[in-house]
Amino acid sequence: MDFSGLIDNFGPLTVTGLAQGAIIALFALGYTLVYGVLRLINFAHSEVFLMGTYACLIVWGFFGLDQNSAAPGVGGMLLYLVIGLVVAIIASGVTALAVELVAYRPLRRRNAPPLAFLITAIGASLFISELTGVLTHRNQRGVPPIIQAKPLFTIGDTTVTNLQLLIILLALVMMFALDRFINGSRLGRGIRAVSQNPDSAALMGVNKSRVIALVFLLGGLMAGIAAVMYDLKIGVTRYDAGFLLGIDAFAAAVLGGIGNLRGALLGGLLLGVLQNYAAGLFGSQWLHAASFVLLVVILLFRPTGLLGESLGRARA
Amino acid sequence: MLLEIDNVTLAYGRIQALHGISLTVGQGEVVALIGANGAGKSTTMRAISGLRPVSQGTIRFDGQDITKLRADLRVIRGVSQSPEGRGIFPGMTVRDNLEMGAYTRRNRSEIDEDLDRAFTLFPRLKEREKQPGGTLSGGEQQMLAVGRALMSRPKLLLLDEPSMGLAPMLIQQIFDIIVEINQQGTTVLLVEQNAQQALSRAHRAYVLETGRIVKEGTGAELLHDPAVKDAYLGVA
Repeated sequence: MDFSGLIDNFGPLTVTGLAQGAIIALFALGYTLVYGVLRLINFAHSEVFLMGTYACLIVWGFFGLDQNSAAPGVGGMLLYLVIGLVVAIIASGVTALAVELVAYRPLRRRNAPPLAFLITAIGASLFISELTGVLTHRNQRGVPPIIQAKPLFTIGDTTVTNLQLLIILLALVMMFALDRFINGSRLGRGIRAVSQNPDSAALMGVNKSRVIALVFLLGGLMAGIAAVMYDLKIGVTRYDAGFLLGIDAFAAAVLGGIGNLRGALLGGLLLGVLQNYAAGLFGSQWLHAASFVLLVVILLFRPTGLLGESLGRARA
Repeated sequence: MLLEIDNVTLAYGRIQALHGISLTVGQGEVVALIGANGAGKSTTMRAISGLRPVSQGTIRFDGQDITKLRADLRVIRGVSQSPEGRGIFPGMTVRDNLEMGAYTRRNRSEIDEDLDRAFTLFPRLKEREKQPGGTLSGGEQQMLAVGRALMSRPKLLLLDEPSMGLAPMLIQQIFDIIVEINQQGTTVLLVEQNAQQALSRAHRAYVLETGRIVKEGTGAELLHDPAVKDAYLGVA
């Protein structure tokens, strides 16, 4: 154990962890939203994210940008960022909707048992990821330097880069917007109604199928944003990128309390930070192992996660 | 007739719950369905509100065949149900629960009027307005379920066991409110274990036994029917 490695780098590890955690949190929302209304772990959500990581690269490619391009100026940076975000959001949103319509809705119509949904989820996930693997010859694809990470300001001995700040702020803004939508709008009320009591929701005139589609779509939008941030931060994507980060995101959702939106944010940030502390303490090869040990320990004491389940609390 | 049910059968898996039920509810009536546990009263309600698909037969509402219509679309036509077990949203405030009842409506000022009306009918709900529904007592939840069902301005209000779990004084009160709602112009179909109250308040009633209608008549007729007295009123 290298305590000095943790203590000396505490600030930078925290900031890196928060940025990583912000991406995980946005990703985790999709698991938590769908679980809230369907009590289903949508394993294909990792591929919803994956489609986003590729979609923005493809559209940037149309503008002649690849990993060897020079970094654009400030105007170009903003333009490409917005275009990338929009395209990734659309790609991830459409993928999420397609999974719901093609894979899950037919099962619901036939009143399939939960196990059928689970295996279908895994199947849909593998199908999309493997198809991507075949189409890309399992090569990784580099990301053009849309935003070059530059130190923006320093607190003590900790420098925060423009990219880190962007990632953290964007995640917080999106979380806030989503929270307002779920808790403050008529449609959001419909989502909460279906999650708390689906039959009663139908008796109020809520179209359950539409709510379910909406929830998949919202999860997809958030994953699309996470995907662009991931590309810019990591610099490459690959057919299994969704699977690897998806495990973190799913764990974050469970850690915060699956079904709880704020729990996903808390779980994501916490997991990101703890992973980086573990890396500082034990070396980066221990990053995942250490964080999952901690996850297990936390769940032993709080089996429903840190914030419990509130989207569908105490289903009547 | 506002509601016409013709020869409806319904099964849960292999278990036949309704064996050809026919009944009608006229505009402005209070009609009661009475019967023992498992007679099919709640199942009949679920068939009308659309929570359960029927196997055979037809359900007509306001002159239209709604047999195959989805439950949420029946709400828009004017059918509203306060379900068995109340079915409130435990994590939502009392106010949000009531707002959910008006989910299909957009006119804010009308919704606010109806919120006021619900709070006037059930002053207890006003006191608890900001509390999560799950923290209410059983009686308060029952009031919330009835108040919420009214928020869609239904033509037909389906009440499944509105007196269940209530103290005797509250039972009187909830039946008074049902009569009041009816006098304000809403047609009511009521399922009740409390046959005494139901029959004395309803214009007409049906008696259900093992998925079949075995008797029908005015409330007063059934109240004085020896067989009904014997089986459901606890007096020989």
